[in-house]
Amino acid sequence: MRVRAGIVDHGAGNVRSVEHALRWVGAEPVLVARPAELVDVDLLVMPGVGSAAPAMARLRRRGLVGPVRAWLAADRPYLGICLGLQLLFEGSDEDGAATFGVLSGRTQQLRDAPTLPHVGWNQVVRRRAHPLFDGLAADADFYFVHSYAGGPRAEATELVLAETTHGATFVSAVGRGNTWGVQFHPERSADNGLRLLANAVALAARAMGVSGPGAAEASA
Amino acid sequence: MLRRRVIACLDVAGGRVVKGTRFVDLTDEGDPADLAARYAAAGADELVLLDISAAPEARSTLLGLVERTASRVFVPLTVGGGVRAVDEMRAVLRAGADKVALNTAAVAEPTLVARCAARFGRQAVVVAIDARRLPEHGVGWQVVVRGGRTPTSLQAVKWAEQAVELGAGELLVTSIDRDGTRSGYDVELLAAISRRVGVPVIASGGAAGPEHMVAAIRDGGADAVLAASMFHRGSHTIGEVKRALAAAGLPIRLPVEGAA
Repeated sequence: MRVRAGIVDHGAGNVRSVEHALRWVGAEPVLVARPAELVDVDLLVMPGVGSAAPAMARLRRRGLVGPVRAWLAADRPYLGICLGLQLLFEGSDEDGAATFGVLSGRTQQLRDAPTLPHVGWNQVVRRRAHPLFDGLAADADFYFVHSYAGGPRAEATELVLAETTHGATFVSAVGRGNTWGVQFHPERSADNGLRLLANAVALAARAMGVSGPGAAEASA
Repeated sequence: MLRRRVIACLDVAGGRVVKGTRFVDLTDEGDPADLAARYAAAGADELVLLDISAAPEARSTLLGLVERTASRVFVPLTVGGGVRAVDEMRAVLRAGADKVALNTAAVAEPTLVARCAARFGRQAVVVAIDARRLPEHGVGWQVVVRGGRTPTSLQAVKWAEQAVELGAGELLVTSIDRDGTRSGYDVELLAAISRRVGVPVIASGGAAGPEHMVAAIRDGGADAVLAASMFHRGSHTIGEVKRALAAAGLPIRLPVEGAA
């Protein structure tokens, strides 16, 4: 049985590329636009580019804010990509939106950045070991497209899985239990990105007790 | 550290890859999705699909091509050509593109840049500027549109600044003088623009070898270098370009394939 990866469709962009990449690593992607579509989902993937307020507004209109909050509270597997990571924090300075607030901290503009948005490939430097990064170099390159980044509060540094430098150093991957977030775009990061997605799928399979593709076989 | 990007560009018309000299005299160079996959495997940091036919009846062909490409190529994909409205941009993004390049339509209706940026975020909006050196006194560049055929009264550097104010997240700067000539990018044009804007500048038009790419980044301040026919014809590979950038001390994405 394949891992069903529910991709939340909140109207901001790149659901299609996330869908293709998840299929490539052996998951069964489904789009989630309504609460009923969360049924049978093993891994919730929150993609997205852009700012938090319109995304939260669309999630609210579709009745998904409560179900996603419940999903996170139950520590079910969640992978936030870019905006999907930022939504985990309490709020965003980009437009003042209040977000899910399951992680302590805020989304803030990148500091001292020589160019904004931060667009391109950059090194994701591991701060602690985590199975999401199994098989990846400790400073592997991933593709970024963003101007803001979610930042844990100083007392919540245990959330930090990896950091990246563009001007100042910012947090580029977080994790707590089965809640994971990456500021970069694995679906656009060639082999490294496919490997990370395969790892997430394998972790979800383990968490949900379904048989999924192992990370190694899925990214081969 | 942020890497300098090497971008392979596929000019498409009627669902096929073409590349002309000075935007005319097109020659057929193959199937875009196959070529895109090949470039991604060879280490292209990003791909650009430019629909140079941009005829309204070709939209569904283009969307199908974007979808086919995005289903097997997992590097960023920018699509340009013929997008004139927010809804058209939405369709291209939903087909699997990450960014849309606006050119003629942005010049004709600058608020389109702002509306697209408001809807999809500025990171998804690339403004493509085709520039031609002013013949008199050699001072400055003018913007040309409609595939380089129609001059405008816009000054390229000013338009670049205005486009960024409106919401462009990147600028794709093509020298029409150099395009297809294999005489190198217009480094002065790149420098004039990159000095004035805080968004990444992609160099385009005229690359024939790795040394041109090094110059565009080192002297022109470009964040990324784009080439089409140089890669299509195989005169230089993406790996060669990356090794040249690395040798010049510029940060590139590793590993570089074909390093043997």
